[in-house]
Amino acid sequence: MLDILNISKTFNAGTQDAKKALDDFSLRVNKGDFVTIIGANGAGKSTLFNAICGNFIVDSGKIFIDGKDITFTPDHVRAKSIGRLFQDPMRGSAPNMSIEENLALAAGHGGWLARISKQDRELFREKLSQLGMGLEDRMKQPVGLLSGGQRQALTLMMATINPPKILLLDEHTAALDPGTAEKVLDLTKRIVEKDNITCMMVTHNMQSAIDLGNRLLMMNQGKALLDVEGEDKSSLTVSGLVDLFKTKAGSELQTDRMLLTDKD
Amino acid sequence: MDLILTALELGLMSSLTVLALFLSYSMLGVCDLSTDGCFTFGAAVGAVVALSGHPFLAILAAMGAGALSGFVTAFLQTKMGVDSLLSGIVVNTGLYSINIAVMGNSSLLNMNKTETIFTKAKALLGASFLGPQYKLIVIVLFTALVVVFLAFFLKTRIGLAIRATGDNPDMVRSSSINPVKTTIIGLCISNSFTALSGCLLAQYQKSVNVNIGSGMLTIALASLLIGNTFIGKRRPITFRLVGAVLGAFIFRLVYTAALRLNMPAFMLKLVSSVIVVIAISGPYLQKRFPLFMRKLKKRGRA
Repeated sequence: MLDILNISKTFNAGTQDAKKALDDFSLRVNKGDFVTIIGANGAGKSTLFNAICGNFIVDSGKIFIDGKDITFTPDHVRAKSIGRLFQDPMRGSAPNMSIEENLALAAGHGGWLARISKQDRELFREKLSQLGMGLEDRMKQPVGLLSGGQRQALTLMMATINPPKILLLDEHTAALDPGTAEKVLDLTKRIVEKDNITCMMVTHNMQSAIDLGNRLLMMNQGKALLDVEGEDKSSLTVSGLVDLFKTKAGSELQTDRMLLTDKD
Repeated sequence: MDLILTALELGLMSSLTVLALFLSYSMLGVCDLSTDGCFTFGAAVGAVVALSGHPFLAILAAMGAGALSGFVTAFLQTKMGVDSLLSGIVVNTGLYSINIAVMGNSSLLNMNKTETIFTKAKALLGASFLGPQYKLIVIVLFTALVVVFLAFFLKTRIGLAIRATGDNPDMVRSSSINPVKTTIIGLCISNSFTALSGCLLAQYQKSVNVNIGSGMLTIALASLLIGNTFIGKRRPITFRLVGAVLGAFIFRLVYTAALRLNMPAFMLKLVSSVIVVIAISGPYLQKRFPLFMRKLKKRGRA
């Protein structure tokens, strides 16, 4: 499904600030996988997503989706097969356009001169009602009026209205209050399961990294430190993970956020 | 009455530029500084074609010329790494020479005896009851066509993509649409309307000089912002388009009234600049005002 072969990316190359964000990184994600990704700040998690989405072209290595080499494909072309959610709920939708207009752009039905049709509206209404937030009755309202949680849920809908080959979630619930975060996470699970979407999710919450998905990837300094699947993964514990990190990386796992979320 | 009529005619003609800016400034989020030059470009090209005896072809030629100028502006900022404001300035400067070249090395063209769409309309309407208002009818027709076109276009998929480009370009990319494409298409269309506006004005006043478009950007921006305050920003697109036209008319009306109060004609551009400043910084200062008052109180107490 997604094949990443020995990619590297160095920021500020050739200067004192040179930082190797991805270091000869390889990963093979199979169809239907739900991979959770953890790692300290600066481990290269977001850089990995940026590389997959084409926000930059990697310095070396190759990226394939379904066997097709996309290493040099521009980002907006890759977006056809990749859906992505960011931590910032404002990044995924256009505030001055209405809910249905946002969905219409994401759905991209018809030609360049096509307008929102009746069938489109029915589809959007049905999709929005799945969110259980009452958005289906506010389709003409500008998105700027929605709350962060509603906007993130809408973005999730937009990213999956044409089921992507792979869905990248970059801490997409971290900026929401706990109740809303749980709701959005539930929605994510439901949608991913329903359409059997291959999914990668960065999280700082080690417990949900263990609970969710079938595979867990731990990153450190641009490399994969740990990659566990199935039985091995479900038997993991938070303290076990912290110990594993220590033995593998040879240093303490230092992220306040991760240690804090440890306790709940 | 005559004054109001003239204000309506001039206002509606400049409203085409206002609608162009609505597309580029309000929708795409690009402040197109080539507007002045493009307005003159449309006027000059239109005049030259009209002088050769084709008043209708003049309209199309002017719009084509405007689209070409818009394409260059857009190409510079999307493909050549030129800053968006700078590319407008560069094209504007370049157009000055081109405009004089188009007018045959002259800075003034006279169309007193030339057939224009206005003289055509006059001949067509002739003695019917619409006859005396032939100028207004032509202008209303063009304005209505442009408004209807934009109202339709901005709800199509490409129109939505153009609106999203100014609102959230990241989202445009993640919808598998190239923002470069939307910027190019948007600026081509908006500049073709700016040129149309210039072409109409040239045929209306039966002459073109190379400075016909100078200050047009500020005037149109002032009209656009006036329209915004009357209609509001979060209204449906069609309302906002009508608001832009209304803004252009109100601007002309205020200006005409000021002229009646013995304000000299050369003050037009200063007035438009002041209106733009008030319209943009007004809401900003309003937001800052409570903080300012708190600071003032604190100083008073200390």
